[in-house]
Amino acid sequence: MNAFRTDQEFFLDPQRCIGCHACEMACAECETNGQTSMIHVDYVDRFSTVQTSVQVCMHCEDPVCAKVCPAVAIEKDEFGVVHSARTDRCVACSNCVMACPFGVPQKIEPMQLMMKCNMCYDRTSAGKKPMCATVCPSGALTYTSREEMARKRPNSSPVNQFQFGQQIVKTKVNIMMPKGATKIVVDSE
Amino acid sequence: MATLPTSAEKIIAQFGPSLNFPPPEGYPGRDEPDEVIKTHCCFCGMQCGIKLCVKDNRIVGFEPWEEFPFNEGRLCPKGVQRYLQNNHPDRLLHPLERSEGEGFRQTTWDQAMERTVSEIRRIQNQHGPNAFAMLSGVSLTNEKSYLVGKFARVALKTANLDYNGRLCMVSAGAGNKKAFGLDRASNNYSDLEKAEVIMICGTNVSETFPTLTHWIWQARDNGGKLIVVDPRLTPIARTADLHLAIRPGRDSALYGAILHQLIKHDWLDHDFIDHHTSGFEKAAEAVAPYDLAWAETTTGIPAAKILQAAEMWGQAATSFLLHARGIEHHSKGVENVSACINLVLATGRIGRPYCGYATITGQGNGQGGREHGHKCDQLPGNRDIENPEHRKYISGVWGIDEKQMPGKGLTAYEIVEAIHRGEIKGLLSICFNPLVSLPNSTMVREALDKLEHYVAIDFFLNETARHADIILPGSLHEEEEGTVTTAEGRVVRIRKAVSPPGDARTDTSILLELADRLGAGKHFSYATSEEIFNELRVASQGGTADYFGITYQKIEDNMGVFWPCPSEDHPGTPRLWEDKKFCTPDGRAHFQPVAYRDPGEMTDPEYPVILTTGRVVSQYLSGSQTRRIGKLVNQYPEPLLEIHPVMAAKFGIKDRELVRVSTRRGAAEFPAQIVETIREDTVFVPYHWPGRKSVNQLTSGHLDPVSKIPEFKVCACRLEPLGRQAPDAGETQAYASV
Repeated sequence: MNAFRTDQEFFLDPQRCIGCHACEMACAECETNGQTSMIHVDYVDRFSTVQTSVQVCMHCEDPVCAKVCPAVAIEKDEFGVVHSARTDRCVACSNCVMACPFGVPQKIEPMQLMMKCNMCYDRTSAGKKPMCATVCPSGALTYTSREEMARKRPNSSPVNQFQFGQQIVKTKVNIMMPKGATKIVVDSE
Repeated sequence: MATLPTSAEKIIAQFGPSLNFPPPEGYPGRDEPDEVIKTHCCFCGMQCGIKLCVKDNRIVGFEPWEEFPFNEGRLCPKGVQRYLQNNHPDRLLHPLERSEGEGFRQTTWDQAMERTVSEIRRIQNQHGPNAFAMLSGVSLTNEKSYLVGKFARVALKTANLDYNGRLCMVSAGAGNKKAFGLDRASNNYSDLEKAEVIMICGTNVSETFPTLTHWIWQARDNGGKLIVVDPRLTPIARTADLHLAIRPGRDSALYGAILHQLIKHDWLDHDFIDHHTSGFEKAAEAVAPYDLAWAETTTGIPAAKILQAAEMWGQAATSFLLHARGIEHHSKGVENVSACINLVLATGRIGRPYCGYATITGQGNGQGGREHGHKCDQLPGNRDIENPEHRKYISGVWGIDEKQMPGKGLTAYEIVEAIHRGEIKGLLSICFNPLVSLPNSTMVREALDKLEHYVAIDFFLNETARHADIILPGSLHEEEEGTVTTAEGRVVRIRKAVSPPGDARTDTSILLELADRLGAGKHFSYATSEEIFNELRVASQGGTADYFGITYQKIEDNMGVFWPCPSEDHPGTPRLWEDKKFCTPDGRAHFQPVAYRDPGEMTDPEYPVILTTGRVVSQYLSGSQTRRIGKLVNQYPEPLLEIHPVMAAKFGIKDRELVRVSTRRGAAEFPAQIVETIREDTVFVPYHWPGRKSVNQLTSGHLDPVSKIPEFKVCACRLEPLGRQAPDAGETQAYASV
């Protein structure tokens, strides 16, 4: 299949992240990114644990980054992929950088452009998997069908609803949580 | 005369290590490659499938190879960046000879070869054939490993050939031969998938074999439980069901205590023990004193956790035990391996689906390279160089008189010691950087200085090769056809993607010409790598590592073939021992009695702290390749001293403070990294760095009496905070430390 596969979804399972940075290095290889990775791996607190967190664009259903963009540079396509700011429109105001609830977009110097993950559009639009989810050695990042995920990981449930205060954010990317979980409450106040 | 011809700084300025980064826009031709070659990563024993993109005889990028069954496209950061070793600015492009005061100057192949051969002849005529040694390595393919073994015995005529697998898999190999009469992972990794319990012993899987992590998680997804034995809370230990933070050097005490509990609670497979094993009573007798209280005191692991491990292992229906260098790099490495195998045999969980046991072979061809005559005591097919029948068979294959076949030689560390004593005068090395990878590196450097002649074949001028008289520029992994055997025992194809640049030649052609110039040309007339492999097949036939039925075509058709494969119509053997017929003389698996003994060096008031060493995910072994790849260097730029806050407080050590670490061999300074993820009595330093940043200045030369593996994993040290913060890692430039 040489077209975007609508049966394939992105699943992120943070407990499996081993902090190896293969995803970052593979992401940076894409010529669109000019050796800048659009996925980020960080230690949570190296003093007490080797746990790392991996952050990829969650591709929100109603992307705040697009809403706050004064230049209408950020677009969500028919497949739900929220694209990096259009280079001809981005004014480098950083509204999106500040508004994103997941802290994903970056203003990249010296180009003065916002850049973020576009779910490897060059690959996914040709029926391939995103690079990070192809190379991830632990299965922390996976790109497959919901059915396959349910079969392979019977003890986990994919969750794509996040509660920030009163606001619910729904995303295209799923986080794997313990079986039965339906949403992630980030801040319930 | 093998001291440095000029300052190390001058040599580094010319030959690196320097850091290679890809251009921001990528290499030209990345999107329109001439060819995309399906091959394997050049690094660890997982041998992940990878596709290399080639443009104009240059590797310009990679693509995941999703169809290859082991890794299905998965890669670690080293795999993602591996292509940057190609067309690296440090690449050796011409033969070199040392030039006093200047460093190295270009020479011709003819002069370099002529000088090498005349020095070999001079030294061997004066001091005997064994005064010229050869050191090799198992990043080499099966073909080259086999060729090196034959070259050393038939052309160089020396007994003193050994290899860097001596720092890697030899304890596991010896333990496996004692138990099973054969040295290979008993199962392929698909048997992990539904194992109820997985116990991983002394292996930092997620940093050293990252792509294996996925297989372990598959088992956990299916409800399997994970036990991790490691002095540190590694990434794989972090989420384990049970983490046993063992005191370094006490491994056989733990596994002995677990066997004691299996016996006490009758968690045994009596039918398997009675019908398919021998030596159980003696093994049981050896662990009779090892109750939980003793085990807790000895190992530093709470008794309740040891009992829990025994319960989990003992009551499971299926299980898989994996171990690696963490239990093998010891003066009792073979005993630790035997103690683990005893647990597998006592519960009869081998030779069935989801019942497995394996050492995780470390180096790229650590498996195949240890089977076909690369070792000082071995002939192809994992034959014994001292066995008259084996000698006769291989002499026949090689077309030599059996009397001309040298006997057993010294092991790698012993070769260096013999150089130090002045008994060995000349050295030929390929694919080995002992100045960084051997313990007690001050002694290694002194030894190199005593060599009368040293010739190194390599593609980069590694730290050891700086001491050479002649440097012959060889080939990268992607520059020759061949095969390697993965940690699972799967023989896979390595593809030539590009040709060696400049005047560099393939390793094979260098060895063939040297053999010819040494007068042994008629034994070395191969036109292709496949011809060498076909001779290897015959040489291995009838040995325990039997490759006779494996052909290049069959490997390609099946994406790999598992040995033993004795005939062309044989499908190969992914899982060993299904018939319960072991390769021992009595056909049974052998328990070994393992009585605990202390490591070679214990802490004392002068050296009160345990020092252990290991690896990080972004570097590979001595760093000869990975310390030249920019992003891999930047990910973990310098060796850090991991130390628990309780120990740090005791010595008044602050985070990032420089700490002088001293042992009986030497001293080195490392920045402290204070973490709660290590035992309070143990400090850890990774070993990939050279010179003053090498922790192998400190490690001990205690060897296992059987395998002769050095005891990298435990020695006694002293800590002194230096009262100043470490400089920024960028300033230190540890990757090129002198």
